[in-house]
This record gives sequence, structure tokens and C-alpha cells, in this order.
Amino acid sequence: MSASSKATPVGTVSHPGQGRSRRHVVLRASGRSLKVERRTLSVCAVMLAVCAGLGTAGLLLGDYPLTVRQVIGYLFGDHTDPLAGFFVREQRLPRVLLAVLVGAALGVSGQVFQSLSGNPLGSPDIIGFTTGSATGAVLQIIVFDAGPAGAAGGALLGGFATALVVYLLAHRGGVSGLRLVLVGIGIGLMLGALNTLLVARASLVAAQTAAQWLAGSLNATTWSQVGLVSAALVLLLPMALVRGRTLTAMTLGDASAAALGIRPERQRLVLVVCGVALVAVATAACGPIAFIALAAPQLARRLTRSSGAGLLPAALMGACLVLGSDILAQRLFAPTQLAVGVVSGTLGGIYLIWLLAMERSRL
Amino acid sequence: MTAAEMPTHQARLAARRLSVGYDSRKVLDGIAVEIPNNTFSVIVGPNACGKSTLVKALARVLRIQSGEVLLDGSPLSQYTPKEVARRLGMLPQAPHVPDGILVEDLVARGRYPHQGLFRQWSQEDADAVDTALRRARVEQLRDRLLTELSGGQRQRVWIAMALAQMTPLLLLDEPTTFLDISHQVEVLNLCRRLQREGTTVVAVLHDLNLAFRYADHVIVMRSGGIVAQGPPREVISAELIEKVFDLSCRIIEDPETGTPLVIPQNPDTAAKGS
Repeated sequence: MSASSKATPVGTVSHPGQGRSRRHVVLRASGRSLKVERRTLSVCAVMLAVCAGLGTAGLLLGDYPLTVRQVIGYLFGDHTDPLAGFFVREQRLPRVLLAVLVGAALGVSGQVFQSLSGNPLGSPDIIGFTTGSATGAVLQIIVFDAGPAGAAGGALLGGFATALVVYLLAHRGGVSGLRLVLVGIGIGLMLGALNTLLVARASLVAAQTAAQWLAGSLNATTWSQVGLVSAALVLLLPMALVRGRTLTAMTLGDASAAALGIRPERQRLVLVVCGVALVAVATAACGPIAFIALAAPQLARRLTRSSGAGLLPAALMGACLVLGSDILAQRLFAPTQLAVGVVSGTLGGIYLIWLLAMERSRL
Repeated sequence: MTAAEMPTHQARLAARRLSVGYDSRKVLDGIAVEIPNNTFSVIVGPNACGKSTLVKALARVLRIQSGEVLLDGSPLSQYTPKEVARRLGMLPQAPHVPDGILVEDLVARGRYPHQGLFRQWSQEDADAVDTALRRARVEQLRDRLLTELSGGQRQRVWIAMALAQMTPLLLLDEPTTFLDISHQVEVLNLCRRLQREGTTVVAVLHDLNLAFRYADHVIVMRSGGIVAQGPPREVISAELIEKVFDLSCRIIEDPETGTPLVIPQNPDTAAKGS
């Protein structure tokens, strides 16, 4: 296709010309252009649909099952069934929304760290950032007798403090991927032990609260949680997403990135702060939800078969995984409610074993 | 700036009193270098003499401690990083290969400095990638995985990525290391061809004889300083090689090209002779 960007009418999709492969679509509008791999586009569309489907299921399913008609009726202003209204408005909708937000945050954070460290194991739940957030919250609950807001604040602080310690320890004239992973695993294990110790030494009530928090749960999600997390994500997600191409370029190494006109150190700092903030906010909102940050980017990459650091696919995959895990957590042994972190942890554990087995067979 | 320190106007890239170091160790100590326009310049010198550091400093990949690098007459610090990347491409020694990347996608990454958040792909980008693939003679590999290529093919693909930047200057850090002789010649022929097509090429090379054969301009380095620079036939002598590499040798004319050929002395005959 030889049409220039100016001549192409608004919103058309043009294909790369003959001789070039047709793996990409270029979306153009008034001199602007967006290049997407065809397969990535369809995978994203499918994940969006899955996300919508799971979200709907999340609204319908429960001990007070609702029909699609009832839910739609409620969402569009038919308030004849107050009980349905209560379940949709106060219970299920905030829960579904928080699952999506937290999943997206974890997915993006995982992709950022895996790309920067050049290692699938470089994700925040493996290198101790999630555990560090948990330590912050557990300290608040057990030592300072704090409520949910205090625990969330502790999680934020704990996440940032852990990231700082891991980075300082792993820093030796630049941060190498493997060193970051190894130092992070070490710190994570120590913090995990500290968390266990804190819970073991706590009073029964505090220990129970802490244990519940540590399982990572979306039970009893409130609109204020949704509001806080959305406010943080409105700031953080665009910060990460606009750096998608830069992150992709940085996977070639610092020297190559610098040669392409990137200031690697500065970009890495922004991306790391952004990634830590995302995982800390997610953990603050609902406790540590295991393995999403590890699995979402990897699964998205396998589906899109893209070599780039796809942040949006990772976000969508994260949202699907948390939503799906939460529905399983609610319905698997209903009326007993599992914590979403237990389900995602189990699924993620299986995935991690598979991933390691694959890595091994490649060596 | 005095007249003597002004770069000659045919130097696209020049360094003045350039010092670069890691932590407290100075790798380059107050050196002056000029890369004449539209030449194939080659940097040679023993291991750890600062060749790679010089290339990185010239490309602003490394921060300089003092002195300055002039790109087309202006200090590098006056350009934004993307402006530098639109004038000067640099291929580092061991770039990291992303998992499962196709040749075409890697080469397209060279377009980064010409793109923006809302200007991700234009006809110009597509043409630049095509041109780069053609110039590096890797068009037929465009849909292949980088990991399944031979070392020589892979190196040409990396060069194609730098070419997609469409810069008048191209810096290559040891592009022939780890390649066998035929692939080395292949890469050097490519460099020569690029220079003839108007690109100013700078490369760090280890093989002296190939370096002197291909270079228009040679920069000889030793322990962080420049020992000689100029056309190989004018500057290369047995004394220079002995001083720089600590190697007794003879220089003869390359029977193919008439360029200097370094023949290390046979230690047995040297012992008999003395």
C-alpha cells in the first residue's frame, strides 16, 4: 500500500505493501499512526471478550443467582428488585471491577520487571516485592493494631522499601537480571519467614486478621477500594503504557537502547518506580495475589508470539486471570469462600513448574 | 576554542581532550580523535586499551568525564539523545537477543529515534527497513528467527538494524569478533560498500591485516591514548606495531592490495640472528 499517512482517510487500516509480511496492521488517523501486530490485536480482542464474559459471570453467579436480564435491568436503571440491586451494586460490581484493576496492575508490573531483568523469574512476586508489601501490612496489623487503611499504607511502604533494598543489594555498577532475581528471591524468602514469625507471635485475633489478609482476597470489596485503586491506576498505567516501545527497545541491552536515543538509566528508574507502585497498590488493595505478575506476561507473550514487551496484552491477561481465579475461589467450594490468592497461587504454582520444566529442556 | 583545536570541516565526528572512566579508573585520558567524512575508519589496539570505550563515548552511550565530542561541529551535549540517534548509529559488542524475534522486527526496532508515541509507523519507516535489509543483503532472511541464523548472517542483521536508523554515521564495536574468516570478509565488504554509498563507517577490529586492507583511516590506540591516526600506508610501520602490541614483526605489502601486512617475527630465527 503506497498511500501516505496524509492521504489515508481517517481510521482506515492499511496493510504493509507487497514483499513485506502481513503480520502488522497500521492504524492511521490524521497523521498519527499506531503499529500493532495482527495477532496481538486479535489476541487482545479475545482477551477483552473473555474479560467481559468473566465479568458478567461474576455479576450473575453467587448464592443469590441473577439472570442476565436482572443484571442488565439493574445496570440500566430498573430498580424494582432491591435485593438484586444490593448484590449487583454493593457486592458483585465492585468486586469484579477491583479484580480487573488489580489484575491489570499486576500484569503490567510483571511485564515491566520481566523485561527489565530479561528473565521471566524477574517478576515482583518472585523477587520479593509482593512479600515485602505483605510484611508492611502484617506489621501494621499485628504490631500497630491498624485497620484496613493502615494495612494498605503499610503494604505500599513495605513494597517500596523492599524494592529499594533489593535494588541496592543487586546493584553493582548496574543491575543485572540474574543478580536481581537471586537477591530478590533471597530477600523474599527472609521476609516470608518474618511474616510467618509475626503471625505466629501475634494475638489470636490479630493473627487471624493477618492470615486472612495474607491469603489475598477480594471478599468484601468496597467502592472506596475500587476508587482508590482506580485513582492510582489512572496515574500509573499511562505512565507505563507510553513507555511500551521504550521498554521493548531496552530488552536489547543498555548500550543498544542508548544508541537508539534512550536514556536507559532514567527510563529504568521511571519504569521501576511505576512497576513497584503498581504491585504495591494492588497488594495494598486486596493482599498478595500470588503468581499473576509472573504468569500474565508469559501467557500473553505465548499467545501473541510477539517479541516485544506487550504491556496491554499483559494487563488484559492479568485481568482475566484474577477475575477467573476469583470466580473459582467463590464457586469452587460454595458456600465456602476461598481466597483468590489461594486459587491463583495453585494455578500459578502448576504454571511455574511447567515453565521451569520447559527452561530445563531447553538447556 | 583556539583555531588549532577547531575540527577540520570534513570531520563528522571528533573528540577533543576526551577523558572517560569507570569509577575512579581513567580509561581514556585526554585524547583527540577525528573521523573524516565518508571514510571507513578502523580503530585497532591491544586488548583493554580503550577501543570500545572510545566508540561508546563517541556515540554518547557512555558519559564523558571531561573534554568534548563534536558531532557535525557541535558538542554532543547540545543534541537530545534522539537527535544523536538520528545522525549516528552504534552497534555494541554483544547486544542482547530478545526471545523469538524475527529479523524484520529486529531491524524495525532501528526506527525508534524516528518515531513517537503517536507516530509509530509511517511509509518512511517501512521504506527505511526495506532499504536497510537490502543494503545489508539480508532481505531473504526477513521472516526468519534471529536465533536460527549463522553468526555472519546475524551480524549483518544487527548492522541492518543500525542502518534502519538511516544515519550518515555508523559505529561498529568489534563486528567481526567470533566470526570465521569468510564471514569477517563478508562483514568488512559490507562496511566498504556502505562507505561507498555515502555512510561514514567506524569499526573496532582485531585482525590487523584485514583492518589495514579495508581502512581508509586507521586509529591506533594503546593504554587509553592515541598513538597514530591516518591512512594505513602512511602511519603503519614495524616500529609502531612493536611499540603498540609489543610484538617484533616485519611489514610487507599485501600482495592483493598493497596495504601493510604484519608478519610476526619467528622467535627461532630471531634468536639465531642475534
